[in-house]
Amino acid sequence: MTSVSDTDAMSWSKDEPAKVRVPWHQRLQPANLLWLFLAGILVVLIIAPMWTLVVSSFTDAKTGGWTLHNYVEAYGKERHITALTNTLKMGAAVVVLKLLFGVPLAWACTRTDMPGRNFVRYSVFGAFIMPPYLAGVGWILLAGPNTGWINKIWHSLTGATEPLVNVFSFGGLVLVTAIGGFFLVFVLVSSAFEMINSEMEDAANILGAGPFKTAMKVTFPLVMPAIIGAALLSFLGAIALYGVPALISIPARYPVVVIQLTEFFSFPLRLEVAAAYSIPLLLITAALLGLQKLILRRKGYVAVSGKGGERRIVKLGRWRWVLFAYCMIVVSLAVIMPLFVLLLAAFSQSWTTGFSLDNFTLSNFHYVLFEHSSSQKALIGSVGLGIAAATVAIVLALFIAYIVQRKLLPFSGVLAFLAVSPYVVPGIVLAIGFYAAYALPPVALYGTYMILALAFITRFLPIAFTTSSAGVRSIHPEMEEAVRILGGGRTTAIRHVVGPLLKRTLAGGWLLIFVPAAQELSTAIFLVGPTTRVVSVVLLDLSEEGELEKLAALGSLLLIIIVAVVALGMRYLGRDFMLRRS
Amino acid sequence: MDGLVLRKLGRRFGAVDAVLDFDLHIKPGEFVSLLGPSGCGKTTTLRMIAGFIDPTSGSIELDGKILSAPSGSVPPEKRGMSMIFQSYAIWPNMTVAENVAFGLNLRKLPADEVKKRVGAVLETVRMSHLADRYPAELSGGQQQRVALARAVVIRPAVLLLDEPLSNLDANLREEMRFEIKRMHDEFKITSVYVTHDQGEAMVTSDRIAVMNNGRLEQIDTPYALYSRPKTRFVASFIGRTNFLSGNRGNSMIDFAGFSVPLGMIGEEVTGGGPITVSIRPQAMKLSATEIAKDKAINLPGSVKQSSFLGETWDYVFQSRDGGLQFRVAAPPADVFPVGAPAWLQIDPAQIVPIAD
Repeated sequence: MTSVSDTDAMSWSKDEPAKVRVPWHQRLQPANLLWLFLAGILVVLIIAPMWTLVVSSFTDAKTGGWTLHNYVEAYGKERHITALTNTLKMGAAVVVLKLLFGVPLAWACTRTDMPGRNFVRYSVFGAFIMPPYLAGVGWILLAGPNTGWINKIWHSLTGATEPLVNVFSFGGLVLVTAIGGFFLVFVLVSSAFEMINSEMEDAANILGAGPFKTAMKVTFPLVMPAIIGAALLSFLGAIALYGVPALISIPARYPVVVIQLTEFFSFPLRLEVAAAYSIPLLLITAALLGLQKLILRRKGYVAVSGKGGERRIVKLGRWRWVLFAYCMIVVSLAVIMPLFVLLLAAFSQSWTTGFSLDNFTLSNFHYVLFEHSSSQKALIGSVGLGIAAATVAIVLALFIAYIVQRKLLPFSGVLAFLAVSPYVVPGIVLAIGFYAAYALPPVALYGTYMILALAFITRFLPIAFTTSSAGVRSIHPEMEEAVRILGGGRTTAIRHVVGPLLKRTLAGGWLLIFVPAAQELSTAIFLVGPTTRVVSVVLLDLSEEGELEKLAALGSLLLIIIVAVVALGMRYLGRDFMLRRS
Repeated sequence: MDGLVLRKLGRRFGAVDAVLDFDLHIKPGEFVSLLGPSGCGKTTTLRMIAGFIDPTSGSIELDGKILSAPSGSVPPEKRGMSMIFQSYAIWPNMTVAENVAFGLNLRKLPADEVKKRVGAVLETVRMSHLADRYPAELSGGQQQRVALARAVVIRPAVLLLDEPLSNLDANLREEMRFEIKRMHDEFKITSVYVTHDQGEAMVTSDRIAVMNNGRLEQIDTPYALYSRPKTRFVASFIGRTNFLSGNRGNSMIDFAGFSVPLGMIGEEVTGGGPITVSIRPQAMKLSATEIAKDKAINLPGSVKQSSFLGETWDYVFQSRDGGLQFRVAAPPADVFPVGAPAWLQIDPAQIVPIAD
């Protein structure tokens, strides 16, 4: 026995030199190069802009030396501090309102027998498609102090001369900001409600708890993490939003941080001060997202992470009409009313004249499509940037997600961390970082579509990565191993199995990026050049010029394009792809 | 050497040896199971044979050609093997026929040949009528048959099976064991089967390799493994058994309360001093009175516990001298009430000395 294995061992060692052996460091080299390549892209997209932002906040604009003077200038004036505290107050008020809108609607649509649940669901979805600044314009048409529709009706009914409602106020700012963002609360909280297995509530019932006690002790605590998470994200969304304050906070004489930032960006340009002034926004975001992680980690909310079992619908009886009425009020405020007046204005010669055949015109559309100097180009630019950003972000994220999930390269966790990190950077802060890093010579990208595309890709990379990562995770590695053992390489596996299986997920993720990217304002505002304006920026210009009918026409065109793309997506992906949590 | 040879194979993860010094020679056409509890290294071994994991020591060779060694390995796609996965890994974006044809198409076979072979193999697994279905429309057992067809249709050099039946319910599992056995008898593909279910291993395998803690405990035919276990682990992992400690003298082994002449034991016992033996419950018989019989050991005692399992009684017998307890299997007709006096007969030829 011993002698046999000895000879075998010898013949084995004789075989060895015949085979081509590649040392490990050479075998790993292409992989290392790929890692370096991806890391390089992420440095360009994320680290360099953020690093430049922080550095320039400590840099003297004239000498280039180290200084704290930017911070003194940023926070030395009372006005600037007021803007900061105003922002926090506004953010807190918006969170309350968004929760009041989002949580009852989520509960009504997922756990009750309220009539019209699907209608409410689609209307809320409409609130996602409508950019916040267009809702803002709608509300200016509705509740402008003198000529707003609500006030005019009020005047003609009562003969009063004082306005009933005024959108140019703290309340108006909060309302319009809230209706533009409660979609997120609705999505997060309804998916939490959908994850709760009714057996948990049944268990409480059988032990003697009534419906009210069950709701307070079981149901509500189980969705609490989702509500807290939604509240934090709402707050962050509110304080970083640019469009609505740009329309409302200046006439309302209620300065907020984002408006103050644009002041630093107007002539004379004080980039370093803007950088210093944006740091609190960045820190608050990072701190709150860290807090959210802590809260979610503390208890094992198994119920909310697992796949839900059977769900029992709460029978509301007569109360279902009360709830329905409330949902209709929210939906009207958020979508139906502003959309209606916006469309009406788009087809009117003068929106103040009101509703008559004489007033009907298509000239606004003709104007924005063919006469206005930049709006036609802006439409093409916005759609093109949306397509480019969504495509590049998804492809890049898919690469990284595949490598991370399949553990193909060492230290791939670093790539994953970088890919999701832009999540903590508000769009307007990201824009300042990109401006500081790439706008000026030596890179000198200012005024190109390139800088906009790069910034958009960065902004939406976290969504792309989360979607791709979930997609790759859902494909069992054995699916690919089955290809390989039958004789196919990794590329064959990706082409014939991974690709086809991921198609739907990736298309869904693509749309989730395209919709906000085509409307993006906060990131664009400091990065657009004279010849690279996007629709959102042109819309703000038109509002400053007081051309509200033309603005409404251009906004409607943008909405039509987005709705068309989304409708195509729904045909292909099924109706509820965006209402699911990604 | 022809066949699949694992030589001093080892795989280390961090500071843990998942597999260590594993030697195995599987002859062409042989069906060998790797059997062991979870975490014993059997799946790691199988994945090393497939090429998904590289060994950190030793080598794997097939018909004299080295496939895996720490210095470099042939990738899975170049090994000409196929595998049946625990999750089946049937591609949901392809029909049954497309799944089965995939490996043939990769080999660039002419279309009519692919069609002929797919048709033939689907016939063998009785799935012809479902060739155009998508996997989501199939039951678990049907998916399993597709996986089987997809794996054997390419006529692989080695067929690897990774706990393929663990996701099926008990009845289907029973049926598929024989299906796998039938396929092997038909195609004679060299096969390595990983399982933690001894019943599965015994039905399908020519030989079973029992693994524990990353090492090979024993490799033998199912019958030899059951009747002649070499180690305490094998004796207790395959079926149930009684362990007895004794002492080897010059001509006898002394246990508590009785002694057995060395010559009567089925195996040659070497060395002196303490010894452990294994006696299967089936190697003993209970009777109400003493039956004088040549070459049998007779112990007086009583029945302590009884459970009826349908095909057998499972009794616990306690001997009067020495107070030893034995588990004894008895046919359904041999009824003993608990507490009844009884005699235990042991067939000395079925006493197996084991290494601890």
